[in-house]
Amino acid sequence: MIVYILKRLAVAIPTLLVLIIVSYMLMHFAPGNPFSSERAVSPEIMKNLDAKYGLNLPLWEQIVHYLWQVVAHFDFGPSFVYKDRTVNDIIAQGFPVTLTYGFLSFIAAVAVGVGLGITSAIRRNSWLDYCAVGLSIGAQVLPNFVMAPILVLIFTLGLHWLPGGGWSFHDPRFWILPVIALSTSYMASITRITRSSMLDVLGSNHIRTARAKGLPNRKVILRHALKPALVPVVSYLGPAFVSMITGSVIVDVYFSTGGIGKSFVDSALNRDYAVMMGVTILLGTLTILFNLVVDILYAWIDPKIRY
Amino acid sequence: MPLLDIKDLNVRFGTPDGEIHAVNGVNLSLGRGEALGIVGESGSGKSQLSFSLMGLLASNGRASGSVTFDGQEILNLPEPQLNRIRSERIAMVFQDPMTALNPYMRISDQLTEVLVLHKGLSKRDALKEAVAILDAVRIPDAANRVRLYPHEFSGGMRQRVMIAMALLCKPDLLIADEPTTALDVTVQAQIMELLGELRRELGMATILITHDLGVVAGFCDRAIVMYGGRVMEESPVDPLFEAPSHPYTRGLLSALPRLDEDTAATPIRGNPPNMAGATVGCPFRPRCDFAEGICAQEMPPLEGFAPGRTRACHRAISALNEEAAA
Repeated sequence: MIVYILKRLAVAIPTLLVLIIVSYMLMHFAPGNPFSSERAVSPEIMKNLDAKYGLNLPLWEQIVHYLWQVVAHFDFGPSFVYKDRTVNDIIAQGFPVTLTYGFLSFIAAVAVGVGLGITSAIRRNSWLDYCAVGLSIGAQVLPNFVMAPILVLIFTLGLHWLPGGGWSFHDPRFWILPVIALSTSYMASITRITRSSMLDVLGSNHIRTARAKGLPNRKVILRHALKPALVPVVSYLGPAFVSMITGSVIVDVYFSTGGIGKSFVDSALNRDYAVMMGVTILLGTLTILFNLVVDILYAWIDPKIRY
Repeated sequence: MPLLDIKDLNVRFGTPDGEIHAVNGVNLSLGRGEALGIVGESGSGKSQLSFSLMGLLASNGRASGSVTFDGQEILNLPEPQLNRIRSERIAMVFQDPMTALNPYMRISDQLTEVLVLHKGLSKRDALKEAVAILDAVRIPDAANRVRLYPHEFSGGMRQRVMIAMALLCKPDLLIADEPTTALDVTVQAQIMELLGELRRELGMATILITHDLGVVAGFCDRAIVMYGGRVMEESPVDPLFEAPSHPYTRGLLSALPRLDEDTAATPIRGNPPNMAGATVGCPFRPRCDFAEGICAQEMPPLEGFAPGRTRACHRAISALNEEAAA
């Protein structure tokens, strides 16, 4: 197992390298650059800017230089657009925010999704099942950019219960709306995956054996059905976890939470090469890491999987 | 008083395409320690019959009629009461040991949970008992292998585990649903031998569900032959094989390859019946070489014709013999 984990981590290095090189190149091939704007800038100034940020060098030299900075100094460089901020600053400031509301959303989505999925599978074709399925389809088709303003309309403008935007690490009232807006669609997917996989498992032979043993229904579900039913859920959770903790533009924009979800999109629009690369690397690393976590979880759930 | 008494048992499944009549008006009784074979091809209702006794029908299945076990009505009992009978008094060995054991749990946990539940043993005592029972079904090195997962056993060993699991509480009745179908022929013989020994040792009644006539001949005292969810013939085993009284039983026997005679096995023509909706007349009629006009109109009743033997056929045995000879 340890050997397997080390091997996987070793493979992660070339993967990340390829990710960095490809995204760096793609970014540079995209038309425009951080300094192109509606204002005409004289060629001399342009040249100076290019020289300052190293954009006059050949592409391969830029990449090598960038990699060296990242690997040796863990320095993602200065932002090309915000003169006084480095990428490390931007991530250090925004990531804790998205990590907080993303992690809470993940917990909420898993708790509600798995719970609801199991209950509706057990009470198949009951009103509870129909409600759960109906709600989850509704939550899945309702995009969060529609959900977010509706939430603000109800809880902020209507009931005056919760702040409609902003962020504070000390006041949980700021967390609630972003968490609801972010988690509902994941919640819905998890509910539906759990429900269908639980139904599958409940129809399998070993569940009939468990019933023939005289085990009460609760034990049949918890001891015999839960583990196999969670396998497909776990494979969904890995990527879902990463995209949740790295936040969402919609949430960052609607609730002005200041997370990196917004920085990522802004950087792409502004051609802020450094920020874009920084966030891409963060996302890539987390994705690789949590795919590994999912594979380890598989081995923990299913005794047939041994690495 | 018989141990098990089944009266007019019907099993129906509701499906979008209509109702499936899986078991139709089955009567049978079983004494203590007796071994009964239920024979029939796939879809004859033999497995559903046994599932209905244990309350294990699929969620769209309904059973009606009466099943008394040791004087108590057990058909459609509420779950908590059923759970006191399951495994404790009636245990079951399932067809496919590859899927009937939980692949996510150690054998030890799957065995001990039964003892903890029904006998109230501590985990440690239950484990000792589990190892003892694995020894009894002759799993070598049971003390260590009890910790393994099902996929670490071969098919035959898994079926031994399955049998051990069924015998944990020394039940009064063991239902073995095609216990050897998924196994190699050599392993089949070992498993049947083991089941026979354990049955004699524990003195438990056994229902053996199978399509393998040879297994019935070697194991059972008595057999019923089912077709289309109905009992076609019931008889002690020896006369059943010597002088089968029903055209279907005859068909089954002549479909067997014989080593002692130089005749080719002849299959029963036609296909198994469609079980959707109620059938009028004898379900075997479309495939029967002896069918007459009345067979299409009325289901023949089960009638006794020799000590311990009953048959459901409109045609007299003598008529069958004459026509077969001609």
